Amino acid sequence: MKKLLILLLLAASTLTSIQAQKYFTRDGMISFSASSPLEKIDATNKGATAVIDAASGAVEFAVLIKGFIFEKALMQEHFNENYMESGKYPKATFKGKIADASSIKWTKNGTYPVDVKGIMTIHGVSKEVKGKATIQVNGGRIIASSNFELPLADYDISIPSVVADKISKTAKVSIEVALAELKR
Amino acid sequence: MNTRFAIRKGFVALLLLCGILGLQAQEDLLSLLGEEETTDYASASFKTNRVINLHSLENTHSGVLDFKINHRFGMLNQGVYDLFGLDNATIRLGLDYGITKDLQIGVGRSTYQKMIDGYAKYRILHQSSGKRNMPITLTAVAGMYINTLKWSDPDRENYFSSRLSYSFQALIGRKFNDWITVQLTPTLIHRNLVATTAEANDVYGLGIGVRQRITRRVTLNAEYMYLLPDQVRDGIMNSFSIGADIETGGHVFQLHLTNSTGMAEPTAFTETTGDWLDGGIHFGFNISRVFTIVKPKI
Repeated sequence: MKKLLILLLLAASTLTSIQAQKYFTRDGMISFSASSPLEKIDATNKGATAVIDAASGAVEFAVLIKGFIFEKALMQEHFNENYMESGKYPKATFKGKIADASSIKWTKNGTYPVDVKGIMTIHGVSKEVKGKATIQVNGGRIIASSNFELPLADYDISIPSVVADKISKTAKVSIEVALAELKR
Repeated sequence: MNTRFAIRKGFVALLLLCGILGLQAQEDLLSLLGEEETTDYASASFKTNRVINLHSLENTHSGVLDFKINHRFGMLNQGVYDLFGLDNATIRLGLDYGITKDLQIGVGRSTYQKMIDGYAKYRILHQSSGKRNMPITLTAVAGMYINTLKWSDPDRENYFSSRLSYSFQALIGRKFNDWITVQLTPTLIHRNLVATTAEANDVYGLGIGVRQRITRRVTLNAEYMYLLPDQVRDGIMNSFSIGADIETGGHVFQLHLTNSTGMAEPTAFTETTGDWLDGGIHFGFNISRVFTIVKPKI
């Protein structure tokens, strides 16, 4: 009887501990480049939020469009006003899953290339996307990074013909977030 | 037996509970972090830092230099001999610089009265929503102007101070949505020297500026400066201008019709002689080109 109780408690504790294995950040870095030979169009956001659920491999990202900093202030204004309409669509989000999360040992140092699949929402348009990412476990911290390309047209971001030569039709996005364990 | 059964039931229930909790957590992971409220400041209430002649609610961005070429042709009622004013030109060349996000300074030189001007513009309140809620933007502008024309009567005793005038303005306005911005601009213009005692040294006026966006890159702008009665000589009209802003990446082109010849505050608002009803209208344009001098820290 007692054995069973202990077993139960153990089971319960492991279950809850698995459930508690979530990693998060509020200052993840997301940058993109839509540069052309004529114009350098780069921006960086250092305030991305992200949560990874180690048990299920669920991943969520959110980033404020207004938080992207450009070298040219006017370019930043136009990015918000004319292209991203950040007043109407303040955030870009990603909700997805790491395909083979069970192969990652979240408590042991190491680097794991993974496949991620999910829904990307930018400029009010949601699209299913998949891509490759790297999870690096380093002394209790999780560093997740990924590089991918987004075709602007997929998200209804229209480029007027006047500046068509100046802006690339795809944005190269790069993500690097260092996540810490979420304690509650 | 019974207790064992009960425990087993409990175990199953616990498992279920954990499962449910786990599922819930997967539904919206980010909500675990709690919503972090941010302040969203209004931006791009106007395409550039001027409505037309009037300062607008917008400041030049921090670290950015804005080179202005303002140009007014002659008046439409000059007729065909002057090609409806196109033979004449009045120009102001100006530089605006954003020292901080709220403080801007500028200098300019006009052909009209060979006037040199300088000003400082400070945003006291910035329209915002979210964590910090502020319904309006309030900006103060103070300018100083030097008329550098040769003395009209060099034989009498002339003082340098006679060349000076000043302006003080408050810009109070709101960007109502992505399309409409309205600003009110109480104005005081002080002229050190006026021609007759009938004219006031201090001229009070109330300006209004509006912009209506029509496409993402084009807006319609209008401004009007109402001068309180009995302050300026006969024949001086209230300044009224209407035009369009066209933005093309690094440039803003402002094309307009205005009855003001001068482009600095004292000349634009207290020395306007053009009469709209009589064709005393200038076609004109302002070109704004920005240069990033200090790159923002990322």
